[in-house]
Amino acid sequence: MSTESPNGLPDAERALASLAERMQGAVAIDAGLVGIYSGGAWLAERLAQMLPGKHPVGYIDVSFYRDDYSKKGLRANVATTTLPFEVNGGRIVLVDDVLYTGRSVRAAINELFDYGRPDSIELAVLIDRGGRELPIEPTYVGARVSVARDLSIVLSRLGDGRLELTVEPAGSGQHG
Amino acid sequence: MANPQLNDKGELTHLLTLEGLPREVIGRILDTAVPFVSIAERDVKKVPLLRGKTVFNLFFENSTRTRTTFEIAAKRLSADVINLNIGVSSTSKGETLLDTIDNLVAMNADMFVVRHGQSGAPHLIARHLSASGREGIHVINAGDGRHAHPTQGLLDLFTIRHYKRDFGALTVAIVGDLLHSRVARSLIHGLSTLGTAEIRAIGPQTLLPAAVESLGVHVFHDMGDGLRGADVVVMLRLQSERMKGALLPSPGEFFKHYGLTQDKLKLAKPDAIVMHPGPMNRGVEIDSAVADGKHSVILPQVTFGIAVRMAVMSMLGAG
Repeated sequence: MSTESPNGLPDAERALASLAERMQGAVAIDAGLVGIYSGGAWLAERLAQMLPGKHPVGYIDVSFYRDDYSKKGLRANVATTTLPFEVNGGRIVLVDDVLYTGRSVRAAINELFDYGRPDSIELAVLIDRGGRELPIEPTYVGARVSVARDLSIVLSRLGDGRLELTVEPAGSGQHG
Repeated sequence: MANPQLNDKGELTHLLTLEGLPREVIGRILDTAVPFVSIAERDVKKVPLLRGKTVFNLFFENSTRTRTTFEIAAKRLSADVINLNIGVSSTSKGETLLDTIDNLVAMNADMFVVRHGQSGAPHLIARHLSASGREGIHVINAGDGRHAHPTQGLLDLFTIRHYKRDFGALTVAIVGDLLHSRVARSLIHGLSTLGTAEIRAIGPQTLLPAAVESLGVHVFHDMGDGLRGADVVVMLRLQSERMKGALLPSPGEFFKHYGLTQDKLKLAKPDAIVMHPGPMNRGVEIDSAVADGKHSVILPQVTFGIAVRMAVMSMLGAG
């Protein structure tokens, strides 16, 4: 991406447009879009409007499957996973805001399999910031950025529904 | 003295009573229970949070339902569960409660769910574990004497919040034998911590604890007066053994004055919910038409109880 905002991150709306462009024609016409709370959930809703076809939208909160539970405990405000379509035999695109260590995606894949055996799972992310700790790679990427290890990239939804990317000091709970 | 239920960071480390438990902690447990409700609707009714942990259900007093719901909750969190109906067996061989605990700790217990006839037994175990430096082992009180039954109180609060939302606008009437009820005691503490507008106790003088009014509860001896305008009606089980102590004339007499019938329920709000901790005595404290009627949320209480116990266990089990 050529246009960068003052914080060195790409504009979230432009990154989303470019992600949708890459998915267009490549994603199965009936694939379920499953957003990982909370940023991925907003993105899945937006992508369902932008992509051709009729994509059911689901939401997944990976808190019960995280690998750092015994270290950090259960965080507050766990949301309810909702998959309003048949996972067994279905085609699924997991949607997340920032791909980092790959641990959230690992947890999400594990949770999906407790609902059934999907035919396929793809991964769409708004931002790939590198730094993987697991052998997980995205199928579709909006933008790739490089950010110092002690910073988190945070996606927010503004009052008018527009998305915005900011950086924050790490340690505020980002899981990758 | 510091609250023995919380660690130095203010996080829940044992669940012993709702008395003195901060509002944020109660709120957090209720919030955490919400996503656990939906796990019962999935193909695989399990999440991996307590994989590799061992939960001991220590029931010194019988209770099939409570033990079963704790067992299901622990299993849905992927823990290994050992049920011990201790009853009289170990104690008759002379082993003390704390020796029993030490033996189970030597078998690598991570959590104890304790039901005991003596008030304070779960506290004693929790104090013993922390005094001997075993902070990573957690205790959940599943009912002790007449003292407390905090997970029942929490599931009652969860049920009320599920159907009624804002505690600040609610009138909750608790009916029957409050004197012997740890369920009522826990619920009253929880309701008052969450800022319930009005809590009422309805029953004969002989079955209401003397100190109930000091907890901010309004006392009614006439059921009609007490039910008027109530949003929530909580019926308590009348324990038949209480009949012997001359506290009550007869079950028939009790039903006439304090049994919940459809006619009496009409005095409450039109959308009132009816709750009961179980097991019910139909025709003693509640009429079948009410227990099975459209206001009854007695069976949802049981379902929510599993989610609430999963929430408590998952909040304790990390450390």
